[in-house]
Amino acid sequence: MNDIHDELVRIVGAAYVSRAEEELYIYGRDQGVQPPGRPDYVVLPVTTEEVRRIVLVAGENGVPIVPMGGGLVLSGLSVPLKGGIVLDMKRMNRILEVNEFSHYCVVEAGTSQGALQAYLARRHPSLKHSVPDAPPVATIAGNVAIHGSGHLSQSEGGFHSEMVTGLEVVLPTGEVCRLGSCSTVDKWFSRAPLPDLAGLFLGWNGTTGVITKVGLKLFPSFPLKDVLMFMTEDIDAVPEVIARIVSTEMGEDINFFVTPKPAYFDGFQMTNVHVVARTPREMKLKQALVRESVQPYLDRKEAGFLPLPAHMKGNLLAAPQKSLSEFADIRKGGGFEYVGSIMPVEGIPGAYRAGLGIADRNGVTYSMGARVVGRGHAVMFYYAFPFNRSDGDEVHRVRHALEEANRAALDLGGIPWKTEVAGQRMILARMDPATVALMERLRALLDPHGIMNPGNWEVAP
Amino acid sequence: MKHEELLHRCFRCGWCKMPLNYTDFNCPSYLQYRFESFTAGGRMWLIRAWQQGEIPAGERLAQILFTCVTCKNCVQTCAMAGIREQLVDIFMAAKGELAERGLVPPPVRDYLKAMQTHGNPYKRPDAERARWAEGLDLPRYSGQAYLFYVGDEGAFDELGIGMARSVARLLGEAGVDFGILAEAETSDGNDVRAAGEETLARALAEKLTGKLNDLGVKKVVTLSPHAFNIMKTDYPAWGGAFVVKHWTQVISRRLRALAPAGTALKVAFHDPCYLGRWQGEYEAPRALLKAVPGLALLEMPRNRQNALCCGGGGGNFFTDILGHGGDQAARVRVREAVETGADVLAAACPLCLKMLDDAVKAEGLDDRLAVRDLATLLLAER
Repeated sequence: MNDIHDELVRIVGAAYVSRAEEELYIYGRDQGVQPPGRPDYVVLPVTTEEVRRIVLVAGENGVPIVPMGGGLVLSGLSVPLKGGIVLDMKRMNRILEVNEFSHYCVVEAGTSQGALQAYLARRHPSLKHSVPDAPPVATIAGNVAIHGSGHLSQSEGGFHSEMVTGLEVVLPTGEVCRLGSCSTVDKWFSRAPLPDLAGLFLGWNGTTGVITKVGLKLFPSFPLKDVLMFMTEDIDAVPEVIARIVSTEMGEDINFFVTPKPAYFDGFQMTNVHVVARTPREMKLKQALVRESVQPYLDRKEAGFLPLPAHMKGNLLAAPQKSLSEFADIRKGGGFEYVGSIMPVEGIPGAYRAGLGIADRNGVTYSMGARVVGRGHAVMFYYAFPFNRSDGDEVHRVRHALEEANRAALDLGGIPWKTEVAGQRMILARMDPATVALMERLRALLDPHGIMNPGNWEVAP
Repeated sequence: MKHEELLHRCFRCGWCKMPLNYTDFNCPSYLQYRFESFTAGGRMWLIRAWQQGEIPAGERLAQILFTCVTCKNCVQTCAMAGIREQLVDIFMAAKGELAERGLVPPPVRDYLKAMQTHGNPYKRPDAERARWAEGLDLPRYSGQAYLFYVGDEGAFDELGIGMARSVARLLGEAGVDFGILAEAETSDGNDVRAAGEETLARALAEKLTGKLNDLGVKKVVTLSPHAFNIMKTDYPAWGGAFVVKHWTQVISRRLRALAPAGTALKVAFHDPCYLGRWQGEYEAPRALLKAVPGLALLEMPRNRQNALCCGGGGGNFFTDILGHGGDQAARVRVREAVETGADVLAAACPLCLKMLDDAVKAEGLDDRLAVRDLATLLLAER
């Protein structure tokens, strides 16, 4: 093992390799309820060439590699299940290009959402990218790799992985590949019309290679923004409400949520519609069209728009919403984890009812909701459970609730998103066997030494 | 350990690494080391693991804790109300716990020893504390409106001495009635406390407050934001019942008396943590710069509550435990200043002044950016 350590030091320098107990502890666990692992080394590369050399060392020695971005996935995907090297990518954080005409940027894999947001606001204020609800230290590459979604997912093209215009990846055998237009010309504008190899690295939980650069779509940034909150008491009405609002194409972001706290929200279902505009006139028109789309509910007095105080609007319009991180402290215990289920819009009522039952059976606090992804093509429905990290019994109950939520999502026709190993196995158990076999063949082909984040997307333990 | 009941409430969400405007990482020790362990969240989890016996206390843990420079960026940005206010206190308490077990990094140990035995980190005799004022003909304190307190850096550091002399001249020209302690000054204890040694800090504070109380001091104007901070926040509970101002606050109320001339300089201002995030004063130093006709005040992307610390807090100014290299906070900061197009980076703190001045040299930016203390800059533009 000393040889491996020495090799890693030669590659990145002694300051950026650690096998100290402190780093092994921190990098061996995340914020959720999954059991900890234990890396052998933590390594902080700063160039693609360093990543390539680290991968070669790992391959030669049969040592696992676990790529890590912001480390905020919550479900243990960057916890080293079988030891090895945790590759913290955040030193690779250069923003390499912003194309103002073709509306894309190229960033190194460790670039954070916040840094790109700030960079665009300062240097290219007419452009923005889709921001997930994760804290701003979440990385661009980590988020696209897990099929994340964000505040432009409804209006601008779906999951963040669908906004990827190109990738640079280091294969498990050490080759550096560019995927998309950047493989052929010196521009990162599109994955089409070439064979779409980027899919080999998106949604695979780091089991097929290390993403080192990302081309990402950018979108116009509007100066005016507002949020409308539509409130109903009938969960079965929510799919139609969402479909009506989506059909106006006036909302930038559409989110549904339920929460028992604060008490005045208990029993209601809220749908937030974010509207952006260039002028006050445009804003007024867009808001009117959103209101008009749900007029029948207003006429029947079955629902209404909730007047929002300025501070609440401010919280809701923030991207990312800091208040979501505060959710982790509801139990005064610094923890929460959620099952995000990608499912059709019409699955919301069933998912909601299942969630109430899961929370009740396990005696846990909950929050549930859904972000519309694409023009109503899917939602990311989440069951979120806060917990007190110092209460072992509560941690156990939340873990059980999450397992139930994974099962419920699949039963309701959804698919758990960025799910922990147990959830991955549930998915694989229901997956078409031919698809599972194809996944295994692709992995074996790409990663002959089995070094990439082992334990994930595996049928057998 | 003090605040132990709060440790488990850190989610380690990482908001603490960035400023409120997300410009870049804003925690000096994380900037330098880049391991998650060197963030506020990492520290919280490691202190808890240590307290619960999951990891032993050793050199690495001491390095991780003592490289916190107490800049309070994490306090500003942490998402968790109820713990964020205590973050730096928790880190100082953990440093204290390590110190009790003899697990203090050698440079910190040497710093604290110097403070204990010499009363200042420069290991100089008290008799030399008056040298900064030589030739200025400043009166000893004897009931004037203000006592001007220069502290260890103002008395012994070359750049600090220059700054102290300029501030004294400005105070005089602004018509402020003040006196000094000269060789009777003793250390304020702020950075000793930030290094986790509360008992020694309190002893230093009580020694100083005893002198000031004996002299009947009612108002103190400080050179350093560090002294300003501890005197304002902690001294009242430790027997120091006087009004405390930072010198920029006193001068900014007397700008008319200074009548600065015009200049074409482009100046960026670096907010000191102990003046800004700790005490909420962002405008007084800017008022001084804005009073100079023609001076272009340029803001760095990280300014006011988002300012990047120079890395000199927490005792690091004296211990250098944070280390060197291109990711050193002060070097990142001067590169940020250069990007604004500024000719001058102005500092209102003697520690920041030295850290930034060294950084400009290390970056080879001497020909593009001058680091000046705000008082000397104002005097030069008169």
